[in-house]
Amino acid sequence: MAEEKKAFSELMKKIQAGEFVYTGELEPHRSIDLSEVISWANTLKETGRITAANVTDNPKSDSAISSLAASYIIQRETGLEMIYQLRTADRNRLALVSDILGAAALGLKNILALTGDHTKSGTTPSAKPVFDLDGTNLVRLVHTMVYEGKDLWGNEIHGPRPELNVGAAGNPGMEPLEAEVLKLERKAEAGADFFQTQAVFDVEIARRFLKAIEHIGVPTLIGIFPPRTYGQAEFFDKFVPGVSVPAEFMEAFAKFKELPKEKRREKINEFNVDYFVAFIKEIKKEKACAGCHIMAVGYPEVIGPIIEGVEK
Amino acid sequence: MIITKEKPLEEILSFLEPYRKVLVVGCDGCVQPPRGLREAETYASLIEMASKARGKPIECKAITVSRQCCEEGLPNWVKPDGFEAMLSMACGIGVQVMNMIFPEIPTYPAQNTVFMGAEEKREGRMYELCRACGDCILGETGGICPRTRCAKGLMNGPCGGCVGGKCEVTVEIKNWKGEVIEEVQNDCAWYLIFERLRTLGRIDLFRKLRDPTDHSIWVPPRRI
Repeated sequence: MAEEKKAFSELMKKIQAGEFVYTGELEPHRSIDLSEVISWANTLKETGRITAANVTDNPKSDSAISSLAASYIIQRETGLEMIYQLRTADRNRLALVSDILGAAALGLKNILALTGDHTKSGTTPSAKPVFDLDGTNLVRLVHTMVYEGKDLWGNEIHGPRPELNVGAAGNPGMEPLEAEVLKLERKAEAGADFFQTQAVFDVEIARRFLKAIEHIGVPTLIGIFPPRTYGQAEFFDKFVPGVSVPAEFMEAFAKFKELPKEKRREKINEFNVDYFVAFIKEIKKEKACAGCHIMAVGYPEVIGPIIEGVEK
Repeated sequence: MIITKEKPLEEILSFLEPYRKVLVVGCDGCVQPPRGLREAETYASLIEMASKARGKPIECKAITVSRQCCEEGLPNWVKPDGFEAMLSMACGIGVQVMNMIFPEIPTYPAQNTVFMGAEEKREGRMYELCRACGDCILGETGGICPRTRCAKGLMNGPCGGCVGGKCEVTVEIKNWKGEVIEEVQNDCAWYLIFERLRTLGRIDLFRKLRDPTDHSIWVPPRRI
């Protein structure tokens, strides 16, 4: 995109100012009670280093409270800026236009545009699968609404234009990487302001990815997921597409499994902090890397120490 | 061709229970596996035996026609006089045409119409390749249709659910009883498109940012 990118959110303002940014992740459930996620959001805010937090939208196509409502309420209650995750799954283009306008009207400033998992993977496989747009065209839709005051089909927005920054997702571990890079070139052409990635455990994979997308020029936040348990690490290694966990990481967690409960938790926290501090210090050297997206859902106590370790 | 699967006999009997004389009509058209005279006769015998065993015998006669989807000529082949209902071996199009041409008695479906498909060999496995969307993009996707062969019908794939060239969405292959006999992972259509276009030296076509599908052109029911 040739035009000057506007920064509406704190996240984009900091990125444009050259600050290395950290984002967190919040996962509201199938409930109207948001007190738990609000308390996590407060923990993220208290680190003083997290600029914004993603609010997931029906991950794995499991039904949950609307991410738009949750984003608005958590942002209002905590003052922490939210990155409203919006999946094209289950919404046709009219619903997406409505939700984008709604987000802007509610004072949200960031959207992460995703395609979303197939309905067959989730709680309600009998649902009609709706994939009217893909994540790339959702980026283009938000960008066109923000910069041209109309949707992709020429329908004008009345009054002020929405003020939103739009991000897109990438997967550093995707094979073949060449196809992933071409996809991200498309997302950049569509108008993506930033990229956030799937979790990476292997620093070499992160480095290879960041070098491969450097020419695209979109600021990129590498995703990390410090696991709380051996089971979580194993889940990423075995079941998350395009994610592998290095053998030494799995071996360390296998040893922690043998320890008594209290000791185990302490050792896992220590290991995560050491491992990911070193990891972030390495990726920070890459030009394309604008920050780190820490997806420690329900595990906020390592986030502060990891960031402190990098920034001290 | 059009691919159909047999409905469970139970379901067919539930349609036919009120009737004593039923005409089973095969179709020699494009429906696969074959649903012609031989299959119509098999169904007729099965229905006669099963209904007799239940104490409500149904008398069946089996015939076949060249194509149930073509109105012209159907009245010459099908003579429903003396029958209370018909059972069609054809696809959903044939069943609807039969109901239009012979409104005096109901025609019930013996098949579930699954999709238009290709097959490896006669009566082998069958694959859905085309959804007749009316806006063919095969010319720029390496001859592989993402609208049909991508589970999400994405125009800018692959999505994050492509694992080692396979789609993460599991597809169940069911037998005629509806039991799952095998679960398979389809090839990721966009992975195939990427590999094909790379072989053809047209990676620029993969890189292309594609517009969303225009769904207004395939709002059912369509007419030509």
